[in-house]
Amino acid sequence: MKDTKIVTKKLSFYYGEKMALNSVSVEMPEKQVTAFIGPSGCGKSTFLRTLNRMNDLIPNVKIEGEVLIDDLNIYDKKVDVVNLRKKIGMVFQKSNPFAKSIFENIAYGPKINGISDKKMLEEIVVTSLQRTAIWDEVKDRMNHSALGLSGGQQQRLCIARTLAVNPEIILMDEPASALDPISTAKIEELIFELKKNFTIVIVTHNMQQAARVSDLTAFFYLGELIEFGKTRKIFTTPDKKQTEDYITGRFG
Amino acid sequence: MNRRRNITGGILVGASAFSAISIIAIIVVILVIVVIGAKDTLSWEFITAFPENGMTEGGIFPAIYGTALMVIIMSVAAVPFGTITALYLTEYASEKSVIAQTIRFAVRTLATVPAIIFGLFGLGFFIKFVGGGMDSFFLGGELKWAQPNILWASLTMSLLTLPVVIVSVEEAIRTVPRELREASLALGATKWQTIKKIVIPGSLSGIMTGTILAISRGAGEVAPILFTGAAYYLATLPTSLSDQFMNLGYHIYIMSTQSADVDGTMSIQYATTLVLLLLTFLLNFVAIIIRARIRRRVKA
Amino acid sequence: MNQHGFTKESLRKKFRLSEYLSQRIITGVAFLSITIIVLIFFFVFKETIPVFQQPDKGSAIDSEELVQEQYGVFAESEEEDDRPEVYGMELDSALMGSRDYGADASTAEDERVTVSDLLGDQWYPVSSNPRYGLIPLFVGTIKITIISILFAAPIAILAALFSAAFAPTWMREWVKPAIELLAGFPSVVIGFFALMVMATVLQELFGYETRLNAFVGGIAMGLAAIPIIFTITEDALTAIPGTYKEASLALGATKWQTALFVTLPAATPGIFAAILLGIGRVFGETMIALMATGNAALISANPFESVRTLAATIGAEMAEVVFGDTHYGVLFLIGSLLFVFTFTLNALAEFYVKGRLMKRIQGKIS
Repeated sequence: MKDTKIVTKKLSFYYGEKMALNSVSVEMPEKQVTAFIGPSGCGKSTFLRTLNRMNDLIPNVKIEGEVLIDDLNIYDKKVDVVNLRKKIGMVFQKSNPFAKSIFENIAYGPKINGISDKKMLEEIVVTSLQRTAIWDEVKDRMNHSALGLSGGQQQRLCIARTLAVNPEIILMDEPASALDPISTAKIEELIFELKKNFTIVIVTHNMQQAARVSDLTAFFYLGELIEFGKTRKIFTTPDKKQTEDYITGRFG
Repeated sequence: MNRRRNITGGILVGASAFSAISIIAIIVVILVIVVIGAKDTLSWEFITAFPENGMTEGGIFPAIYGTALMVIIMSVAAVPFGTITALYLTEYASEKSVIAQTIRFAVRTLATVPAIIFGLFGLGFFIKFVGGGMDSFFLGGELKWAQPNILWASLTMSLLTLPVVIVSVEEAIRTVPRELREASLALGATKWQTIKKIVIPGSLSGIMTGTILAISRGAGEVAPILFTGAAYYLATLPTSLSDQFMNLGYHIYIMSTQSADVDGTMSIQYATTLVLLLLTFLLNFVAIIIRARIRRRVKA
Repeated sequence: MNQHGFTKESLRKKFRLSEYLSQRIITGVAFLSITIIVLIFFFVFKETIPVFQQPDKGSAIDSEELVQEQYGVFAESEEEDDRPEVYGMELDSALMGSRDYGADASTAEDERVTVSDLLGDQWYPVSSNPRYGLIPLFVGTIKITIISILFAAPIAILAALFSAAFAPTWMREWVKPAIELLAGFPSVVIGFFALMVMATVLQELFGYETRLNAFVGGIAMGLAAIPIIFTITEDALTAIPGTYKEASLALGATKWQTALFVTLPAATPGIFAAILLGIGRVFGETMIALMATGNAALISANPFESVRTLAATIGAEMAEVVFGDTHYGVLFLIGSLLFVFTFTLNALAEFYVKGRLMKRIQGKIS
C-alpha cells in the first residue's frame, strides 16, 4: 500500500440549510486513482470540489470537519488558497479552454506564477502537451485558437494546461462525460499514464470507466459515503446492498 | 355572437398593428423631413467650416469639434468608473448583498433622474463647490474654474451616461462563462489575475458597446450642459479645459429659438439636426452590431 | 516549480498587494456610485436651503439688471466684466471680504420667499417685484404630462401588444428595434421637429391660435415617452409564461382573446410601471418643453394655450441668474421637487409594481 495523500475526517457540507455531504471520512493514497461514483446529486462533485476549496467561491456555504493533505488541514486559516490550488489541478466536466491560442492556454498557469522567460515557457508548453499525447495533433497550430479543437482535444488540452502548473494532485470532474467513445478511451489511457506521477481523484457516473481506471472506488448516495474500498472488491463483492444495487444497475 | 367576436378581435389586432406602424411612420417622417430640409446645406464644407456672419452662414465645425471633445473627456471619466463598478457588482459583491442591491438601485435611479437635474448638480457641485474651491485654494480667489467650461460639462455628462456604461459592461461580463473563471482559479490564479486576464478581455466588446452607447447618449443630450459649459458662439476652438465650447445639440436649440434670423437659417438648423442624428444613429448602429456579435458568441 | 508536498511553510498565507489594492479600489469606486446619488441630492437641496433662510444682511441685487437677453453671454466681451464676479461667489466671499453680497445670505429683505409666496399663482421672477409662484409651473407640467401620456400610453401599449402577441416572429424582429430607434433620437431633435413641423401642421389641423402650446409640447414629449412605455410593456408581456397562453389557447380561445383576457391582465403591473416611468420621463423633460410649449406661465385648462414646465423653467432661467440670489435658490428648489418626484415615481415602479408582477406570475396574489 502506498502512502496516504488525502484524508477527510467527518467532512460535512451545507448549501445554506441544505446538507450536501454528511460526515464523509476517506483516505486516498498517493499516486493512485480514486474514483467517486453514485447517482447524480449524491454529493460526489461537491466532495471533489471541497478538496481544492473550489466551493469557497459559492456564497452561503458551510463546511465542517477536516481535509488533510500530507497531514496539513487545507481549511486552516493560515493556508493560502491560491497556492493550494497551484498544487491541486482540476479538470472540469465541460472542457473549458480560454478564448486564447493553444500556446497561451498552456502558458497561462506558468505565466501567472511569474515565469516570463520565453524559452522556459515554450519548454513547459511542449512538455505538457507531450505528456497528454496531444502534441503531435497541435504542434503546427500553436498560435491558433484553442476553441477550434475538437471536444476530446480540448479536454486533453485542459489536462495539459493543468500539468503545466506542476501539481501533485489532479481532480477530475466527469472529464469524459461529454466525449465520444474514442476520445473517452484516450482520456482513460491518459489517466493511466498520469497516475505514475500524480495522485488522481476522479468523479464519474460511468461505472465501467471507474472499474477500468481506478484503484479505489467510493460510492456516494444522498450525501453519504456508503462504501469505500479497492475497486475490484467494490465491483465484485460489495459489502453493502445499496452499492450492489447501484452497480448492478437496479437504480441510479 | 361569433361574428361580433371576430369584429372585436379584428379591431384589436388592427388597432395594435396600426399603432406599431404609426410609430415607425413617425420615425420615417422625421427622418425624411430632416433630410429634405438639410439637403441643400449639408456639404463637406458645412461640417468643416466655422460659422460666419453672426451664424447666419458658414458651417458648424466648432460645434462638431466641441461635441467630440466633450464626449472624449466624458468617456475618459465614465468608462473606467462604470467598468469598475460593473466589475464590483459581478465579481466582488454577492448577488443578494445589501450593498450590491443598494448600488443597483443607485444606478437605476441615476438612469432615470431628469437630465436637467444633472445640470443643476454640475452647477452646484462642479462649478461652485469644486471649481470655487480650486480657485480659492490654488489661485487665491482668482476666477478660473468656478465658471462653466468644457471640463465641468463633460463630467456632468459622464454622470448621466454612467448607468449606460455600467449596464452594458455588466451584461458583457456576465457572458464570460463561470467555467473559465473556475479554470483560471483552479490553476492557482488569484481573483485579480482572473479578472485581468480572463474576465476583462472576455468582456472587451461589451465595454466598447457601453462606451459607444454612452457617447451617443452624451452627444445628443443638451439639458445638462445648458449652464455648465456650452456656449452660443465662440470665435475660436476650446484649447484648455477651462474654456467653454460649442455643441451640436445646443446649437440646434439656440439657432431654432434664439437666432436673430430663425427663418433665414432654417436650412442650417436642419443640416445641424441631420448631422446630430447621423452621428447618434451611426454610434447606435455600431453598438447594436457589436452587441449582436456578443449574443451570438454566447449562444455558440 | 513548487516545493514538493503540502507543508505549512509552502502554503502559508501570503499577502498580495495587487490583490489587496484591486479589491479596495474596485469596492471604493463602486461605493462612489451611491455617493454620487447622495451628492446629487445634497448639492441640489443645499442650493435650495438659502431661499428659506432669514437674511441677516445684504443689499438686494436688482435682478432686472442681470436679466436682459443673456444668451451667449459667455462669448460676448461686454458681459465678461461683471459676469465672472458672480460665479463662485459663495466660496470666494471669504476672500473677497469687501464685497457686500457675500454667500448665501445675499437674499434681500423683500426677496425673501415664504411657502405662501411659492404657492402664488404668478411666476414673475425677473420683475422689480419678483413673484415666485410655482402653481402655474405645476399646472403647466401636469397638463403637458397628461396630454403626452394620453397620447403615448395607448399607442405604445397597443404597439407592444402587437409586437408581443400578434406579429409573426420575423416581423417582431423588425418592429421592436425600429420602434426602439425612437429612443435614440436626442430630445433636442424631437423638440426641433415639434417646433418646426408639428407646431405648424397641428395648428392647421385644429385651427387654434397660439402656435406653440401644451398640446404640441405634449405630443412631442409623448414621442419621447413612447419607446420607454413600449419597451417595458413589451418586456412585461413577453415575460408572461407561455403556459398561461397555451392553457387559454387549449380552451379554445383565439389568439386575440388570449392576448386581451390573459396576457394583458397578467402584465398589468408591468404596464403600470411602464406608464410611471413614462410619466417620469415627461415630467423631467427639458429640451422639448423649452422648444415646443411656448414657455408662458399661465394657469389654464385649455390645452391649446402656452405652458411653462418646471424643467423648462430651470433650463431657460438658470443661465441668467445671479449665484446665490433668491431666483437661483428657487430654481434649485424646483430642481429638488423634480428630483424628489421622479425619484418617488421610480421607487414606486420598482418596489411596488415589479414586486407585484413577480408575485402574480408566481401566483401569490390573484
